[in-house]
Amino acid sequence: MKIPDLAELALRNLRESVLRNSLTTVGISVGVASLVAMLSLGTGLQQLFSRRLAKSGLFDTVFVSSRRDQRGMGREEERNGTPPGESRILDEPARREIESLPNIAEAYPDIRFTTELRYEDKSHLTTISALPSSSKSNDAFDGMQGSFFSSDTAAEVILQKSFAEELLGKTPARGSPEPNVAELSKPLLGQELTMRYAQRQAAPTPTPPPRSSEGAGDSAAYSVVSREQKLKIVGIADLDPESMRGPTRAKVFLPLNLAESLHVMQPTDLREVSRAANDQPVYSSISARVKDPSKVQAVEDAIKKMGFSTFSILDASHSLQQVFRVLYAFLGIFGSLALAVASIGIVNTLVMAILERRREIGIMKAIGASDSDVKLLFFAEAGAMGILGGIFGVALGWAIGQIINFGTNIWLKSQSLPPENFWAVPLWLVAFSILFAFVVSLISGLYPAGRAAKLDPVQALRYE
Amino acid sequence: MTAAPVVPTTAGTIAIRSENLSRHYRMGEALIRAVDGVSLEVRSGEFVALLGSSGSGKSSVLNLIAGLDRPTSGSMIVQDRDLAKLSREELAKYRLRVVGMVFQSFNLIASMTLAENVELPLRFAEVDRSQREKLSQDALERVGLRSRVNHRPSELSGGEQQRAALARALINRPKILLADEPTGNLDSHTGTEIMDIVREFNRDLGMTVVMVTHERALAERYAQRLIFLADGKLLDDRCNTPTAVRAEVQGGQS
Repeated sequence: MKIPDLAELALRNLRESVLRNSLTTVGISVGVASLVAMLSLGTGLQQLFSRRLAKSGLFDTVFVSSRRDQRGMGREEERNGTPPGESRILDEPARREIESLPNIAEAYPDIRFTTELRYEDKSHLTTISALPSSSKSNDAFDGMQGSFFSSDTAAEVILQKSFAEELLGKTPARGSPEPNVAELSKPLLGQELTMRYAQRQAAPTPTPPPRSSEGAGDSAAYSVVSREQKLKIVGIADLDPESMRGPTRAKVFLPLNLAESLHVMQPTDLREVSRAANDQPVYSSISARVKDPSKVQAVEDAIKKMGFSTFSILDASHSLQQVFRVLYAFLGIFGSLALAVASIGIVNTLVMAILERRREIGIMKAIGASDSDVKLLFFAEAGAMGILGGIFGVALGWAIGQIINFGTNIWLKSQSLPPENFWAVPLWLVAFSILFAFVVSLISGLYPAGRAAKLDPVQALRYE
Repeated sequence: MTAAPVVPTTAGTIAIRSENLSRHYRMGEALIRAVDGVSLEVRSGEFVALLGSSGSGKSSVLNLIAGLDRPTSGSMIVQDRDLAKLSREELAKYRLRVVGMVFQSFNLIASMTLAENVELPLRFAEVDRSQREKLSQDALERVGLRSRVNHRPSELSGGEQQRAALARALINRPKILLADEPTGNLDSHTGTEIMDIVREFNRDLGMTVVMVTHERALAERYAQRLIFLADGKLLDDRCNTPTAVRAEVQGGQS
């Protein structure tokens, strides 16, 4: 039989027992809907994460560190590259060299230190991080109260909200709602803090070197001086300290150039004594911002060639993708379960149809239908139910997704959180779901169709 | 009426030949010999009636000729095809192209209109849609059902349903028409109408007709040869000058 005839006869037969076939099709629809719902949740979550990561500005950032820091960590670079002791030092010339590489917007040192801040005669120990002026556009400071630093050298400071809470003497109870940034900012904006820190100072006049076997020229020295710096609070950032945001993972932020000019003691100073003494800063790491996120890999390779270690979110997103693949498979299996149940419904419906239409099958065979005609007819019926169920199922799944998304956003709103779209039904999922429903239906039709084809026409005709 | 008297075809090719044909089947412990060593020949263009009481094996013989069933032993050769040696697929083609069947219970498909029922074999034969309509119209016209094409079988009388079944049997222009008690569910007047159409197929289209019936009068009226079966065995095989023909001939002479 030709395919259009087959389709026509199949649809006619489905219409003949419309209730039973509709119920079966609804069963398939529910199965497909659950599959679509599960997978679109997975896709939506993945897109949400990707969107968040892209907005955080970390996708276009390569973190550069010296291999000297990786002594004995068994990393691949160490095995392949130059030994850590002889590899390059991450200093200002290196930073400039990195910045001059193609596709790099800027390269700035990551300055981070822990020190003491005094506010209203109370001292607070905290981690301070320096931000370049380009961070202004970073979405991390979206919900900030106040303003960003007025200049890159201003004696100003931005506080993370939980630190602001600490300054005000509030200790949030566990499980209590997130502090409101606007409330916190009122008493704090414009106030002054005093930062006490350890300054590294090159020894001004070399002290007479002790007479020893070593040459005087080899000895180096610097002094560490306790300093204070007054800072004005200009902003309270609505940041989650637990979120993975590289340089923003601190509680207090200073402008980058100010932080550099303070010569705060850095952990690397202890190792690179001779350089520290000469007032040549050595950075523990440098963040290189890439102009185009798609060039991250190329930039990483170029920096690795210079003899440094690199890390980018691209690496992290690889493992994230792995996690999502597992999530996907899990959600897919879960979603398919309902479809598996529905496929049993198809088998049941078609076996019933064979019993009912036994005589009809006999007639068709008597007037010249071949086994394969009969088989294909039942296949076509199963397939038609599959496609129809698939289409309705995708629509149903989409609708469920919209409802859940809507409901969740109402909830998010009540928690004064921004709405999120974590539900996505991409076109490939629509096509895949309908195709999957079709294939599953055909597989379900395999047994009934075979049974119908093998029916003995003489007995079938005798059947009343 | 000036129809020429029809002389039973004595010459002509053999359309159907069975040799020592048997069809046995088991029913629980018992072995049923539905057909038990039947040898017969039907020439092309002949109108043959298979007679016998119920259980005599006449329908079984017809099913074997129709290729709906396969012999347990012996051979069934129709139009030079040994049916026992055909594959299932070849048998389906044979049923589609070589034989047309009508049944006592009409066996139209209830969910289809008359036109759709009649053109169903054309679908299996993969005839183009455009041709199908014309062919089914012609066939329905031949049996006088042109006006009822879009009705479902349940909306029609028995006689009309059997006419539609005849149109369906005719649609692929088969050489042989097999009729299993075609008038069994009809009143005698309607039965006569149907039998007249069958005879028309036989005479005008040259179709070989094998009809199963238990009504001896009907067989004597239309068939050129009567084959009697009992307990699966051939009892008698004799020529017959159809009384209907005689009546017509006499009517014409008087």
